[in-house]
Amino acid sequence: MLLISCPWCGPRDETEYHYGGQAHVPHPENPESLTDEQWAEYVFYRDNPRGPFAERWVHSTGCRRWFNVLRDTVTYEVLAVYRLDEPRPELPQAGGNR
Amino acid sequence: MTTKPLPEHPDFLWRNPEPRSSYDVVIVGAGGHGLATAYYLAKNHGITSVAVLEKGWLAGGNMARNTTIIRSNYLWDESAAIYEHALKLWEGLPAELDYDFLFSQRGVLNLAHTLQDVREGMRRVGANVLNGVDAQWLGPDEVAEVCPILNVSPRTRYPVLGGTFQPRAGIAKHDHVAWALARRADELGVDLIQGCEVTGFLKDGDRVVGVETNRGRILTGRIGLAAAGHSSLLAQRAGFRLPVQSHPLQALVSELHEPVHPTVVMSNHVHVYVSQAHKGELVMGAGVDAYNGYGQRGSFHVIEQQMAAAVELFPVFARAHVLRTWGGIVDVTPDASPIIGRTPVENLYVNCGWGTGGFKATPAAGWTFAHTIATGEPHPLNAPFALERFTTGALIDEHGAAAVAH
Repeated sequence: MLLISCPWCGPRDETEYHYGGQAHVPHPENPESLTDEQWAEYVFYRDNPRGPFAERWVHSTGCRRWFNVLRDTVTYEVLAVYRLDEPRPELPQAGGNR
Repeated sequence: MTTKPLPEHPDFLWRNPEPRSSYDVVIVGAGGHGLATAYYLAKNHGITSVAVLEKGWLAGGNMARNTTIIRSNYLWDESAAIYEHALKLWEGLPAELDYDFLFSQRGVLNLAHTLQDVREGMRRVGANVLNGVDAQWLGPDEVAEVCPILNVSPRTRYPVLGGTFQPRAGIAKHDHVAWALARRADELGVDLIQGCEVTGFLKDGDRVVGVETNRGRILTGRIGLAAAGHSSLLAQRAGFRLPVQSHPLQALVSELHEPVHPTVVMSNHVHVYVSQAHKGELVMGAGVDAYNGYGQRGSFHVIEQQMAAAVELFPVFARAHVLRTWGGIVDVTPDASPIIGRTPVENLYVNCGWGTGGFKATPAAGWTFAHTIATGEPHPLNAPFALERFTTGALIDEHGAAAVAH
């Protein structure tokens, strides 16, 4: 089980949270001007990296607030936790070649 | 009933050749789907200059990690067609491949615990019957007749209100399936190359003309990707994206027991699926871990939840022990249906996105993928499963409709 630190409540078990997939996917500014391909890209296509991944979690059984987690998808190590109004933290060896 | 000893291994299964410098077709991934594709390329299309490249060992990924359930009772027409084609092929493969891989048509029960489950199940039985798939609706007493160890008492937290039953469904010995396909593909001239990882793609404009591997460059006319959870990484190397997310999917087995479980039971609502393998171990699985992961392991609470569900349904299992748990990496699409077809890169084809249900489809995935690679056009069975459906919106939405939550 993952141990995730909510920015407001501190470290809690994974079972208190729900997963929200890739972070930093903005809603298109002018949805009506998108082609079908661009709309498909926004609705259905997400990154699926092996290694560090910025993703959304919500503290469902706690403060019920959304936040972002930078987590390694191979080791499952939580590398950083940050609020939605904070930028994605720079990692010293981010990416690597795992 | 008695437990059945596994058949002896044949003396010889396949060669381990050095890769040649070129092939007509290269398949990436020697799991069940890659092996079946190579087999049908040779058998149905006469294409025998084929290499199957495997970065690990043959059938060591999800083929070694699934719960071996085979069924075709899917709701939507497109799904029922391809899975039923697979089931019909399964029925002939042991004889065709001359290999007893213990295909056992012991049936599958999909239990209903809520009014919504009952309505979904009855609707699916109706759809299955119209599609020529054997399916029945059973009341609680009939469920108990099929599987006497199930607790169908109305006093449980989620009583069994009935269930769908597909008698022709069943299980098979997964490793032996892979070995049977590999042996016959090898006999037909296919090179099965283990320990060979694809590190890049050689392109001439928009056309792929070969692969770079850790064992050298291999030129080829056509490439088929059959790499399950790693498909999107290969696609990225080839220069396009796939709408899949890779998740851990866990399963577990108990120690060996006398045969007590005569069928396969799946419950969507309390969420577990259980069968008993020929040797006697109880085999259980459930849904994916919620997060993306390539670690071939998941979180323990997922195991706890599926065991709690199993003990609720099968009180007789309360004193069984978990012998081992494991995880595979499954690639899940937005509509929980696979992608089989062309890619934006010419001569590069993809078979992926089978999510939690790829094993049962092995022969049909191979059959249709081989057709697509050999002719450049999809087979009628896989045409609806093209990558373009995410742009056109013609999704095949099996989330919740496929008799299991993903």
